[in-house]
Amino acid sequence: MKTPHLRATRDVAENLYAAHNRALIALARRDPRIVSTYGDFGPGEVGQVFAKECPDRILDVGIAEGHLITSAAGLAGAGFIPFAHCHGIFGLGRAYNQIRQNVAYDLRNVKIILCNCGVIWGILGPSHQVIEDLAALRAIPRLTILSPADAVSSEKATYAAAEHAGPVIMRLPSTGDSFPALYTSDLEYEIGKAICVRDGSDATILATGILVSDALTAAEALEGAGLSVRVLDVHTIKPLDEAAVLQAARETGTLVTVEDGTVLGGLGGAVAELTAERFPVFVRRVGVKDRFGESGKPAEVKEVCELTVPFIRQAVEEAVEAKVKRGK
Amino acid sequence: MIQRNDALVQDLEAKARKLRLDSLFVMKEMGIGWLGGSFSSADVVTALLFHHMRHDPKNPQWPGRDRLIMSKGHSCEVMYAALAEAGYFPREELKTYSHPGARLQTHVNTKTPGIDYSGGSLGLGLSFAVGSAAGAYIHSADANLAAQVRLRAPRYRVYCIVGDGECNEGQVWEAAANASHFRLDNLTVILDSNRYQSTGTVEKTLNMLSLADKLRSFGWEVREIDGNNMSEVVAALEWATGVAGKPQAVIAHTVKGKGVPAYENTNCHFIKITDELIRVGQEALKA
Repeated sequence: MKTPHLRATRDVAENLYAAHNRALIALARRDPRIVSTYGDFGPGEVGQVFAKECPDRILDVGIAEGHLITSAAGLAGAGFIPFAHCHGIFGLGRAYNQIRQNVAYDLRNVKIILCNCGVIWGILGPSHQVIEDLAALRAIPRLTILSPADAVSSEKATYAAAEHAGPVIMRLPSTGDSFPALYTSDLEYEIGKAICVRDGSDATILATGILVSDALTAAEALEGAGLSVRVLDVHTIKPLDEAAVLQAARETGTLVTVEDGTVLGGLGGAVAELTAERFPVFVRRVGVKDRFGESGKPAEVKEVCELTVPFIRQAVEEAVEAKVKRGK
Repeated sequence: MIQRNDALVQDLEAKARKLRLDSLFVMKEMGIGWLGGSFSSADVVTALLFHHMRHDPKNPQWPGRDRLIMSKGHSCEVMYAALAEAGYFPREELKTYSHPGARLQTHVNTKTPGIDYSGGSLGLGLSFAVGSAAGAYIHSADANLAAQVRLRAPRYRVYCIVGDGECNEGQVWEAAANASHFRLDNLTVILDSNRYQSTGTVEKTLNMLSLADKLRSFGWEVREIDGNNMSEVVAALEWATGVAGKPQAVIAHTVKGKGVPAYENTNCHFIKITDELIRVGQEALKA
């Protein structure tokens, strides 16, 4: 399978929100329809640049996520392409009905950037760690849902979201932290097309968001244990790249999903639903196991919620074992 | 308040009567209808679509059109009757109301030509109107022009009809604060204060006390009128266009079910449309 160019090492960490902001600034410079809106959420570099170059196209509506989303739909109805930014938990939890009614149903050209998603954000604790966004939003018709793995794909996802006519949700991790850089800038990114980061034949890890990097590390470690593991970066949760999932099921015989979110209904749910209907294989889901997160440093919370490389590795080994047992 | 009783007002009164009658026949399609709210707001809808608003039924998506956001999305029958009357779609289409696949859904819906906002989830329309009104200001600027949004002439006006019961929803007040903060003077809310909500009177269900006082304290210019008196409606909407620097609210004190005395001031929110009701309605709405 064709794999993309990867960085020589994953020791360099980059910020996905900053990368998104770079793309948003470039987009705003060439397209006067781009408007950036916030629910009392820090705009980063966009704040300074827009203030100088297009102050009319940056709006903060205050701590009012429901209003943030519906007013963005109003801007879209006026012909603009609003990018609405807020904490993921409040964008989802306070504005679910607004996303459904004002954005998805009416197919408004709104781009919702859910920031600080997942438990690995750590610091502010369970009230601020959204784990159910992918599960809940996936159930809403007409949405396109993106979950980039690193800074390069965050930047590319932002351009792709702007070009896509219709509602897009983009899930970003902690805006204050940096995460391993995976791809080189020549990455070919297409909404709905999973990226095969590494080919393999014994099992496939389907990962999304910042855990793609950990999935790759686990796959590399498993090579030493004699297992050939494919890694797919499922950067689009909806529409799911069904062909890539089914191909992985057919060619590698067992699947492990990895996400910084609940195992119920998110990427794991999507893969399990699809394979159960079309090509049943043994599926293991690595994610937050029907529990809330906790306050802590990102690495600590990652450990507590069983999202680290050893847990991914263990899940792959169990999946392969189950596949082999079933084969006998 | 300036009273008007000229030919314009008389024409609009006749039009409002016709729209109520047409709405009754729209409701008949479903056998049940939002009679109370459609009829309480019929005079405001008539004045907006047939006098105050700049719009083009031949070109519903004209970017410069004034917007009418029916936040209380159940008051759809009068909107459909009005849009058909204005020429947005053929009158025969009114008969498709509430049927699967129809453009005329049981809450206002953007499938329908002339409808800019899909309602049904209460408390959201004013937020949409704020985005729409802010957009009218951004549109009027050259790209990348460093200037305050609110210091330029807007491209269009936005009217938003909000129900009094709907004001229970917190997001109405998020939007009200934001409209004032952005100084959206191209935004006029008409608050259809018909005193009833789904299960009873607004006082009994959740007494919000004075909505006028609340809106004033949020920084809005407020006028209170008899919302079923066409001359007051026309004068208030004229007043609104002259206000600079602030959003305006017209508190339209209305009668739920206005136009059919047998139902006026009852909780006729969502009621069966019987042959008897049609007969009584036709009789009451005769010119």
